[in-house]
Amino acid sequence: MKAAEEFLNPVVRAIPPSGIRRFFDLAAEMKGVISLGVGEPDFVTPWRIREACIYALEKGYTMYTSNLGLKELREEIARYLSQAFRLRYNAEKEILVTVGVSEALDLALRALVAPGDEVLIPEPTYVSYIPCTLFAGGVPVPLPTRMENGFRISAAQVEKAITPKTKVLLLAYPNNPTGAVLNRQELEDIAAVVREHDLVVVSDEIYAQLTYEGEHVSIARLPGMRERTVVLQGFSKAFAMTGWRLGYAAGNEAFIGAMTKIHQYTMLCAPITAQMAAIEALRNGLGEMRQMVRQYNYRRRLVVNAFKELGLPCVEPGGAFYAFPSIRHTGLSAEEFCERLLREERVAVVPGTAFGPSGEGFIRCSYAASVANLTEAFRRMGNFLQRLRKPASASVLRA
Amino acid sequence: MEENRRKEILGLLQTNARYTPQQIAVMLNMEPADVEQAIREMEEEGLIIGYHALVNWNKISSENVIALIEVKVSPQRDVGFDAVAERIARFPEVRTMRLMSGTYDLAVEVHGRTMQDVAFFVATRLATIEGVVSTTTHFVLKSYKEHGILLERKEEGAARLVVSP
Repeated sequence: MKAAEEFLNPVVRAIPPSGIRRFFDLAAEMKGVISLGVGEPDFVTPWRIREACIYALEKGYTMYTSNLGLKELREEIARYLSQAFRLRYNAEKEILVTVGVSEALDLALRALVAPGDEVLIPEPTYVSYIPCTLFAGGVPVPLPTRMENGFRISAAQVEKAITPKTKVLLLAYPNNPTGAVLNRQELEDIAAVVREHDLVVVSDEIYAQLTYEGEHVSIARLPGMRERTVVLQGFSKAFAMTGWRLGYAAGNEAFIGAMTKIHQYTMLCAPITAQMAAIEALRNGLGEMRQMVRQYNYRRRLVVNAFKELGLPCVEPGGAFYAFPSIRHTGLSAEEFCERLLREERVAVVPGTAFGPSGEGFIRCSYAASVANLTEAFRRMGNFLQRLRKPASASVLRA
Repeated sequence: MEENRRKEILGLLQTNARYTPQQIAVMLNMEPADVEQAIREMEEEGLIIGYHALVNWNKISSENVIALIEVKVSPQRDVGFDAVAERIARFPEVRTMRLMSGTYDLAVEVHGRTMQDVAFFVATRLATIEGVVSTTTHFVLKSYKEHGILLERKEEGAARLVVSP
């Protein structure tokens, strides 16, 4: 018999495990770690939403739902997208409820990408975009972004990367890990290129509500873009519902229909209790959501300021809950920096390289942590940086 | 300073009175000196009238009794309920007091060391004030929530992973 490894699909075999994973294993063994490595809210799901789920269980909501998701939920989603982002979708045919945005992303890529099709992906990129493209048989084409441009991609950069094989542009703004957002003008320029070359956009807007300055503009709202865009949204980040695994995709009937086909054969439907809770979230949970967003905004300012004081250059994040400061001047690689910071000061942050090679020289810090923890984490980071600046005296101390 | 700014400072202080002007300044994108001045002004104007710790007295075995007392009052000409209310409110035993609509007039929260203390206060001080028609005393058995904050949050202890995507 062949070795078990050899039975594996070579595509799967070739993909390395997430760079975040190693840090998780390292940090899990330690005590007293302050974590800025977490990509999820530090709030518990608002009580009214939890209560709606409990009530649903008590009433016996334990069955499958339609593949698309509960009609009532899709109608709420349609209403919400229209009111919050001026995106108009038909609840009957243009919205699909999924198991988190993660599933929605996988469905979108599998529905759109044929073997050999190229997918443009701004980098640093969220960890699953490239692997999911590969699983779909596509060819990921990273578009490296730079701190000097605020980690934003430009229309020119997109245009330059396009080949006859390019099919999809994967947008993710507000961005994880950099916190970058694109303004309306930048999106319009990109949209013009997309239309000219007849591409499709998969727009992961899971952090849309966490946009701190100005309103979030979805590329699907721009002229001629609705028909060629799949918008991905969910409940995890804004409603503090990461563990519920509930997201949705909105797009034209053909895209959503194809995604639903895959969804019905692989997932059937999202959990009904989570769907019942999500209805409550959209109907009555927006106040609590805004409260949480305000808190993130306070912490964002605290964090940007703290990095400034520590002398770590950092682009002001316009959305999500991450800061992505540069640690280049320390002379350490991102991996070394994070590992030493974890071992020496018990602060967990994620090396930028977990998000692709252009993340080298950066670290991702989540500010979904309490003000007290953030303050303490920055005190410890200050100690660490001070020791780095005085390597001689530090070694004397250690000796 | 514009009203919204002041409201934001007040909102932050209400969530945590121990935020320093420095922290607030960072959170609101302001200068620490401006925050400090705004707070001083709001204290002088009586907008901020105190800073409190929210204590979970359930956790301390010391004797501390809280009673909610419904008081019926006969209103007086010109001053309505205010004259009697003010006399009652001045007692240090009275921690919170409100004029209510409905079957009684004043809701008075009284704190004492023992139940006897509270009973004695109601019988000798409160009930004997001229204009007080009747009192009904309810002793508090347990507090679950104060100022919008749950005192025991057992169910929210689940820990997040240290690192997640």
